[in-house]
Amino acid sequence: MTDVKSSALSKANRAKNTIETVMNGIFFVCGAASILCVAVIAGYMIVSGLPAIQEVGLFNFLFGTEWAPTAENPQFGILPMILTTITGTLGAILVGTPLGLFTAAFICYLAPKKLRTVLTAAVELLAGIPSVIYGLVGITVISPLVANLFDLPSGATLFTAIVVLSVMILPTIVSVSVTSLKAVPQEYSDGSLALGATNVTTIFKMNVPAAKSGIITGIVLGVGRAIGETMAIIMVSGNVVNMPNLFGSVRFLTTGIVSEMSYSSGLHRQALFSIGLILFIFIFVINLVLTGILKKGSKQQ
Amino acid sequence: MTVNTAARPAVLSEQKPRSLTETRFRPFDLVFKSLSVLAGSITLAVTVGLIGYILVKGLPNVSWQFLSGTTSVLNDTVGILPGIVNTLYIIVLTLIVAAPLGVGGAVYLNEYAKKGRLTKVIEFTTEALAGIPSIIYGLFGMMMFNNLLGLRYSILSGCLTLSIMVLPTIIRTTQEALRTVPTGYREGAAGLGASKWHTIRTILIPCCKSGIITSLILSIGRIVGESAALIFTAGIAENLLQNVFTHSLQSGASLSVLLYKYADQGDNTTAFAIAAVLVILVLAINLSARFVSARTKK
Repeated sequence: MTDVKSSALSKANRAKNTIETVMNGIFFVCGAASILCVAVIAGYMIVSGLPAIQEVGLFNFLFGTEWAPTAENPQFGILPMILTTITGTLGAILVGTPLGLFTAAFICYLAPKKLRTVLTAAVELLAGIPSVIYGLVGITVISPLVANLFDLPSGATLFTAIVVLSVMILPTIVSVSVTSLKAVPQEYSDGSLALGATNVTTIFKMNVPAAKSGIITGIVLGVGRAIGETMAIIMVSGNVVNMPNLFGSVRFLTTGIVSEMSYSSGLHRQALFSIGLILFIFIFVINLVLTGILKKGSKQQ
Repeated sequence: MTVNTAARPAVLSEQKPRSLTETRFRPFDLVFKSLSVLAGSITLAVTVGLIGYILVKGLPNVSWQFLSGTTSVLNDTVGILPGIVNTLYIIVLTLIVAAPLGVGGAVYLNEYAKKGRLTKVIEFTTEALAGIPSIIYGLFGMMMFNNLLGLRYSILSGCLTLSIMVLPTIIRTTQEALRTVPTGYREGAAGLGASKWHTIRTILIPCCKSGIITSLILSIGRIVGESAALIFTAGIAENLLQNVFTHSLQSGASLSVLLYKYADQGDNTTAFAIAAVLVILVLAINLSARFVSARTKK
């Protein structure tokens, strides 16, 4: 009798153990999914991006100044696009960082409570607006404005793209900065105030430096967003391959891929994938920098 | 030295401590304070201006016929019903793929994995996935799903691409929710003899239900706004839904892609009308995310 009972019990136990093992396996697969995705994406980008680079030559590809993929003697130089992406991103950061940082300080310390809620909601909303909408408003509002203001034949310029990008990276910088400013221990400002510093001095000489690593993280994330942005700037930047010129039509790395993908073939198409690979490497380097900053920040604490 | 800091913020918010030296004129303070106020007002003005402009320009053209009709050159009508249906279809299909994978990944990271090299690698790759721009996802999806797996331009291919894209959002938000579940719950369950899977199923998942829902809402926001990744994978067709299952193998444009399509054709009136619909959608998504997370805090 007891034998039967214990065997049934052990059967149930065994079934339970099997379920446990199976579930363990399933969860492990889910956990490993992101590793798999990154590995496959990286692998694919390299495999499809390398052939064109090999054919054109790395130096000619990266530092060639002429992009004429459909010409009789096709040229695949992407230096203008690389420089445009760098200039555009730098411009957006130069405008977006001070604006974002001061807005974050305003939200955290200076704004009245109601305004704070409204501003936080506004920033969240700004983050949620699809990039095509930024592009649409860019071509219908900012572009004509730029053309009028600087007396240009067309407002589709690098400058317009920078304006649009700065607004787009604003929510990233503000929200990350607000989070890190809020994490600064209350004792810091208490100490500063006790030493006789004024409220504003305390904010900008005590709290902001204390939240430095968080703020830098926000900026780096903003850089990542600006480099990767496509649909908004394809609409406002004019899309002609030129060396970066603030009031000229330009083409970014991302828009270079989109604007020619539909009709490209052969080496031309492969070259577009190579642009994708270069972009991917840019983003990966930024990610590594970001991880470095975060590590340093956590060590400080 | 222990100071009771917990009680202080409440007092602070009512009456800010003022420094005795604040009465003297200080140029630094004035400049930085006005800069902050200026920056805050610019941010607010940009947001209000942007939303207001889109709604004012777009809403007059949003009619019932626009929402429930299809675009036809023959009948000279413009309608975005296929776009709306496709957007919903893409949201559902993407979440069906991504939600179990993301929640499972978060559970693995938080409950199963030992802190070590593997978790570090998973966390790093999750961050990396979050940082990859959507155009790269588009390229990858096109090569992997459209060409290699032979799905062509299809909604399914778009959804698979988007599921990878929203994976980090779901993993991170769910993980944060799992972290807030007290260890005592797990110990209690283990003490009663519950197995790990049983604990997860009956205690942990119900406990962080609203965290998971928040992560799904955030993902929906990202899916609704996505265009670059979808253009290359799901294409720009405007077919109405005929069969729920075979529809996923057809090409179909979401609202954002449609907006780009119309703007690219120079039809800004329609583009703004779609933009107004999208802004209202985004507003609704943000509000529901706030509502869910506010309920959690209670």
